[in-house]
Amino acid sequence: MESIKPIKSCDDGGNCGSSSSGVNNKKMTGRQLGLGLLGLVLWYLLYTQLLPFSHFFSYDLLGFEKGSHLGDSIQFFVYDTPKVMMLLTLIVFVVGVLRSFFTQERTRKFLAGKRESAGNVMAALLGIVTPFCSCSAVPLFLGFVQAGVPLGVTFSFLIAAPMVNEIALVLLYGLLGWKVAAIYLGTGLAIAMVAGWVIGRLKLEHLIEDWVQELRAGEAVVIEEKLNWTDRIDRGREAVRDIVGKVWIYVVAGIGVGAMIHGYVPEDFMASVMGKDAWWSVPVAVLVGIPMYSNAAGIVPVVEALLGKGAALGTVLAFMMSVIALSLPEMVILRKVLKPKLIAVFIAVVGGGILLTGFLFNLII
Amino acid sequence: MEIKVCGPGCASCEKTQKIVEAAVAAQGVEATISKITDFQEIAKLGIFSTPAVIVDGAVKSVGNVPKQAEVEGWLKA
Repeated sequence: MESIKPIKSCDDGGNCGSSSSGVNNKKMTGRQLGLGLLGLVLWYLLYTQLLPFSHFFSYDLLGFEKGSHLGDSIQFFVYDTPKVMMLLTLIVFVVGVLRSFFTQERTRKFLAGKRESAGNVMAALLGIVTPFCSCSAVPLFLGFVQAGVPLGVTFSFLIAAPMVNEIALVLLYGLLGWKVAAIYLGTGLAIAMVAGWVIGRLKLEHLIEDWVQELRAGEAVVIEEKLNWTDRIDRGREAVRDIVGKVWIYVVAGIGVGAMIHGYVPEDFMASVMGKDAWWSVPVAVLVGIPMYSNAAGIVPVVEALLGKGAALGTVLAFMMSVIALSLPEMVILRKVLKPKLIAVFIAVVGGGILLTGFLFNLII
Repeated sequence: MEIKVCGPGCASCEKTQKIVEAAVAAQGVEATISKITDFQEIAKLGIFSTPAVIVDGAVKSVGNVPKQAEVEGWLKA
């Protein structure tokens, strides 16, 4: 047998929640609230110091001339990296705590009683806050079917969950501004709602694999965890360690790319290929995006680079959504539970929605 | 004792597997640990979110990575 490394037990992090500590109060203690507020104030103070610090660092400490290519690039990098990392840490922590309230079991139970349309809207919104990773897509799908959640509503959830997530939003906000982030959030949700609704209308329940249908008779095992605030805060911390630990490299890469573009790349480099006037670039962007697979964090630096070189926002948005929402590996996994025809419909409907979004934004912006 | 870890093999499933192994070692109990990776088999057990841990036929956790202290608690009972 291979040797087993001791895993850090939770004792050294204070108390370990429901099982070991006798305390299981559901309310937040005054101390926790106080520490949380103090942390937030410190976070804010530090955040406001980033810009002056980056100026001091680049222009005074390193002595670069203000307005020089290299000096500005360095200042941009020294300001943006900690800024995005701090935003990311805060948001991931908050969402991590929030997610301890929205388990997949609860979401499933909640959606089971919902009719279509209202159900599509709720499912897309819940897709943002319910814990989800692409490898849990199939069990989740099975659970939804078993609980009697309508097929279209299930798809709304499956589209929104990977596409609209907090990491993508923070990175878009940090690197491209709040408008792009808001547009992405709005259109991502809209596509999930509408595509799910359309799939529901098409009445394709017979295209689910037969063995899945048989599950309807079964019973789901549900184990409700009892969590107190200590546990929830722990969840937030774990999320930060997990996600920020993985994502930071993309952030640094993204900002590095941004810093380069800032100084050195000609503005309209991509304009002829991915600019507004090239109408065919939107469908091409969607098609190219399907076999590519990346998480939201990995694609944002690319998006930033394309936009910086003069590509049109609609085209870039379509590319990004296609990469994240329509991934080949996920299709292969879903093939276990869906017949090929339904997967084709799924790709067509979601792809169509993304296409429309791309054209729409190229038209109005 | 028979322990089954259900999951398609994603990061959290691997983590759960390691935690279970560590708990078994720490408690010094005799246990066989096996993996169930097939969705169909997992779903038939009534489990719809992974990772899940089954100890001697009883489902102990579903949809989250348990803590080692928790797992050790299941092994004692």
